[in-house]
Amino acid sequence: MYNYSDFDAQFVAERNKQFRAQVDRRISGALSEDEFKPLRLMNGLYLQLHAYMLRVAIPYGTLNSHQLEKLAYISERWDKGYGHFTTRQNIQFNWPQLRDVPDILDALAEVDMHAIQTSGNTIRNVTADHFAGAAADEIEDPRPYAELIRQWSTDHPEFQYLPRKFKVGVSGSESDRAVTRAHDIGLRIVQRDNEVGFEVIVGGGLGRTPMIGKVINAFLPKSDLLPYLEAVVSVYNVLGRRDNKYKARIKITVHENGLEAFRDLVETRFAELRGEWYGQDQALLAQIKADFTPPAFVDLPHSQHDAHYAANGAYRAFVDTNTHPHRAPGHTILSVSLKAHGATPGDASAEQMRVLASIARRFAYDELRISHEQNVILPHVPLAHLPAIHAELRRAGLATANIGLISDIIACPGMDYCALATARSIPIAQEIATRFEQLQLEHDIGQLKIKISGCINACGHHHVGHIGILGLDRAGVENYQITLGGDHTETAAIGERAGPGFASDQIVPAIERLVQAYLDLRLDPAEPFLSTYRRLGLTPFKAALYPDKQVQDAA
Amino acid sequence: MTKSFAPSVITANALIEGDVIYLRVDDRWSRDLAEAEILLDEAHAQLRELEASARTGEAVGVYLAEVKVVNNAPQPVHFREDFRKTGPSNYLHGKQEGARNV
Repeated sequence: MYNYSDFDAQFVAERNKQFRAQVDRRISGALSEDEFKPLRLMNGLYLQLHAYMLRVAIPYGTLNSHQLEKLAYISERWDKGYGHFTTRQNIQFNWPQLRDVPDILDALAEVDMHAIQTSGNTIRNVTADHFAGAAADEIEDPRPYAELIRQWSTDHPEFQYLPRKFKVGVSGSESDRAVTRAHDIGLRIVQRDNEVGFEVIVGGGLGRTPMIGKVINAFLPKSDLLPYLEAVVSVYNVLGRRDNKYKARIKITVHENGLEAFRDLVETRFAELRGEWYGQDQALLAQIKADFTPPAFVDLPHSQHDAHYAANGAYRAFVDTNTHPHRAPGHTILSVSLKAHGATPGDASAEQMRVLASIARRFAYDELRISHEQNVILPHVPLAHLPAIHAELRRAGLATANIGLISDIIACPGMDYCALATARSIPIAQEIATRFEQLQLEHDIGQLKIKISGCINACGHHHVGHIGILGLDRAGVENYQITLGGDHTETAAIGERAGPGFASDQIVPAIERLVQAYLDLRLDPAEPFLSTYRRLGLTPFKAALYPDKQVQDAA
Repeated sequence: MTKSFAPSVITANALIEGDVIYLRVDDRWSRDLAEAEILLDEAHAQLRELEASARTGEAVGVYLAEVKVVNNAPQPVHFREDFRKTGPSNYLHGKQEGARNV
């Protein structure tokens, strides 16, 4: 994986030194909050409902064991012994004190990490497929390109005051696990004949006005990546609306001007810019790629795994549910669920982080990933070590076999932490997971993505959940709206609103009725919820959600 | 007709810890809503808010939060203020770990 160059290390150290002085000046009274706020946000520091929150970037979701151990250390030394992994492959610490934040940033720098551009109207942490470099269906590892984009966008002088925040996601496989169609720019590595390039998607995003991104360039040669991105962001920077915060994202710019007109402007700008790139980016990319050389995978005999798999039901369920095909023989990709039934989605204790780091170091080529679905991935697991890994995960409360199932819920922090939230998300996720565990139905239900946001900004990706839940404030009471049929993959779709919202004590029964309707309606157990929904549409699910309404209508 | 002024308290977040704080009648900050000064007069409330907002070295984001008065004690009206007064619902963190004065 990528190691900081001297330039990177010096840059981060300098920024940390500046921020330390800014914090000192804020505490001494030399800076007002109005002066300090933009400075702290540039360094990922928010003031939330009960405390400060520090958002740390995990570029393209990739970590090694030393980094994860440092995050564990930070959580114990300066926070409350846990961290929260987010839908943008960041980690958030919910309880740091202002005076400690400079020390936290210095600790992060020791392991090549930072919190720069995790907030503000800049290009944010570049996210990627969490199976990158491991998936059997991958055309090319997207992470060297994500790292190139990170370096290009960090402190980019033209793009520090964009009309609004700007999110880039990169995927290298046919299967889209990076939600590229819901990003300001989504990049998909594609193959045309024998050439590999990028499909460039622009203007996707969730939030107040959800939109699926549009293909602005079906095949961009790889060497044109940075000048083309610079052209897109440059056009947006000029054209994007600064008069209305809610219309400032690139999705609105593309929508209001039309894709064709926007593309023409990008092409013109690209023609101007292309000549200014002499190949230094390609030289840098070659260096970065060397850091992403795959490990030398050793195909060890795995008779113990095979025997365990045949004999042990719990182990079999764990393997069947939480692993994904790896490109190397004798290996698998293991998703470690941070969604134990009743737990807070995406939270890991310091001890759990250390266990995961230790497993990665001893058994799994020292690589870890954080997924946008708020789980931890061990991307390169030899099957020979899987029984031992499973046993260690079990002892740490990390062996829940529920990846992709109804209890593997995405939930934003909601009003338990977030100052922007209009309702809570976490308790709803906890209750749904607990309820379906009681019912012992989740393996029968199969693939079902529930995604919960505590406000319209949609950090919990509710629009692309098979079942989306949006928490709102309705006349001073928490109220939860359901959307159905959303899809975050290569067949991305925005969910359809099912009808009036539910009170907090009615939302779990409503979900239960919905799921029961699916079980009754599906053709056979192999038909997942989303397929049944696409086959039948909203009507039968609406009937299940609002049974009283049906009675009224019939009367 | 203008809406009559609802009973309110002055609240903010503490500069260093970020914890929710309330202004007491003696001008000290408290972390406990029960100790907050209940403001019943609009003009007086605005003055107190201005005074509190000037204390930038102690408090961030000063505002007036509506309360209802039950047995002479302020209680939150909106659920957001209820969560601010209490702390998160998934862990016994924040104020649930034990109240103390600033």
